[in-house]
Amino acid sequence: MAKSVIPIGPFHPLQEEPEFFTLTVDGEMVVDIDVAIGYNHRGIEKLSEMKTFDQSTFLIERICGICSTSHPFAYTRAVEDIIPVEVPERAKYIRTIIAEGERIHSHLLWLALAGHFLGYNTVYMWVWKLREEILDVMEILSGNRNNYAMFKPGGVRRDIKAEDIPVVAKKIDSIIPTVNRLKKAILDDPVLHARLKGIGILTKEEALDYCALGPTSRASGVAKDVRKDAPYGAYDQVEWDMIVTENGDVWDKAVIRILETYESIKIVKHCLTNLPDGEIDLNIKDIPPGEGIGAHEAPRGETFHYVRSDGTNRPARHKVRAPTFMNLPTCKATVPGYTVSDATIILAAIDPCYCCTERVAVVDTKGKQMYNAQDLIRLSQEKTQSLKRKMGIK
Amino acid sequence: MSLKLRALLKSPWVFHLATGSCNNCDIEVLDCLTPRFDIERFGMLLAPSIKHADILLVTGSCNRKSAIRLERLYKQAPQPCLVVAIGECSMSRGMFIHSYNCPLPLDKIVPVSAYIPGCPPKPEAIIAGAVTLIQTIKGTL
Ligand code: SF4
Repeated sequence: MAKSVIPIGPFHPLQEEPEFFTLTVDGEMVVDIDVAIGYNHRGIEKLSEMKTFDQSTFLIERICGICSTSHPFAYTRAVEDIIPVEVPERAKYIRTIIAEGERIHSHLLWLALAGHFLGYNTVYMWVWKLREEILDVMEILSGNRNNYAMFKPGGVRRDIKAEDIPVVAKKIDSIIPTVNRLKKAILDDPVLHARLKGIGILTKEEALDYCALGPTSRASGVAKDVRKDAPYGAYDQVEWDMIVTENGDVWDKAVIRILETYESIKIVKHCLTNLPDGEIDLNIKDIPPGEGIGAHEAPRGETFHYVRSDGTNRPARHKVRAPTFMNLPTCKATVPGYTVSDATIILAAIDPCYCCTERVAVVDTKGKQMYNAQDLIRLSQEKTQSLKRKMGIK
Repeated sequence: MSLKLRALLKSPWVFHLATGSCNNCDIEVLDCLTPRFDIERFGMLLAPSIKHADILLVTGSCNRKSAIRLERLYKQAPQPCLVVAIGECSMSRGMFIHSYNCPLPLDKIVPVSAYIPGCPPKPEAIIAGAVTLIQTIKGTL
């Protein structure tokens, strides 16, 4: 039977971000899938080299709106790794609170969008309303609904006021009954069981092969979480559980996200009640030459930043690796063999975030790839060498 | 005011287009459509295709790859189609003004009728912008 191709995107009403999927289908069955990205590429790594270490945090926040804590967290850890320093205890707790607040709203956002992808708009509207409460909490704590601007190399920019803590704690408590109701409604829904169970299975071997991260890998039984494996912030001082399931289907990924929301609520509450006193910032002035790495378990998996300093006030090189970069290719393993209507939710199940993932490739008009990142780096190195030779610099 | 335009102003359908944004503006646009802010009060509905839309909500800093597609989409839109630039990025490219991949601001690519500043603008600001836009058009007719 002849195979046909279904293009999805780049500006598709279901997706809030532009990306382009090509589904090759045989009847209703997807046999192959390809994805093209680049509609969001803004050259952040290069821009970061133009800004000072302190200014870069604001730029890094804007890699992705939903991960606007994860990226600065990993970046500031990388910068602190260069010196190296330990941030004050209070700053660690504040960072943890903000990071977990972000995880709650990110997981809720995913849940809402998953409902939307399934055509279950009641869940979408419900969850979105609930998510507003968390955004209110974040607004009380940081002054912003989305880009919190709390992080800086060496500590945090703002303190949490003592009078805000009871208000925030009460607000967080108030969302628990709604989350409970939501959990029950979703986990008991026979339609969702039928739609999500046993589809888009990523086996443990595949998860390891593709280096899947975060909830995508934990749903397949790979117990990996930076917060447990190499604790940072206040994660080693709080009791919390890593949620791992075995089946690797979309259902398990949903369950993991719902249960992780509870763990995050637990962590935020613990940190708020046990917030230690003291400094919140080390006031780092100079960054010595050297390299540093920083990792943070973002809602979607491990975010990794590498920063090299040459002793000036700007990063000489800044490399970002977002979790979706590793998770997106798993669609090659999970989507083929399912119907087109399942494909959307399987693709959504990894909670893709294309803003974080954008890479650049130069393509000529005939669609033939001419330069990839390696070639571009080689070209720029050759250029530097030739300039050096011309100017007689060794 | 023509009957057609009067009808359109009663329920302007919006199409949302991200052209290299950080997602936050897009999420705030979706926020406007959901229960707390509920922009449907003003008859606004997210249209599934540009061919059904009266207002184009553009977020993001128009990178090289999406700028050409934005132009193409604008040509496909039924006229009159108003363009609203949401967020710092689409107004002036904000933080990405020095990027190698964001050569032009939005208003050099398509004509823009309203700018809503903020990074990201709060949903209240987006709603205020939308309402002001509708009233301005009513006033000029
Ligand atoms: S204006 Fe700000 S929030 Fe909106 S897309 Fe640009 S960087 Fe993101």
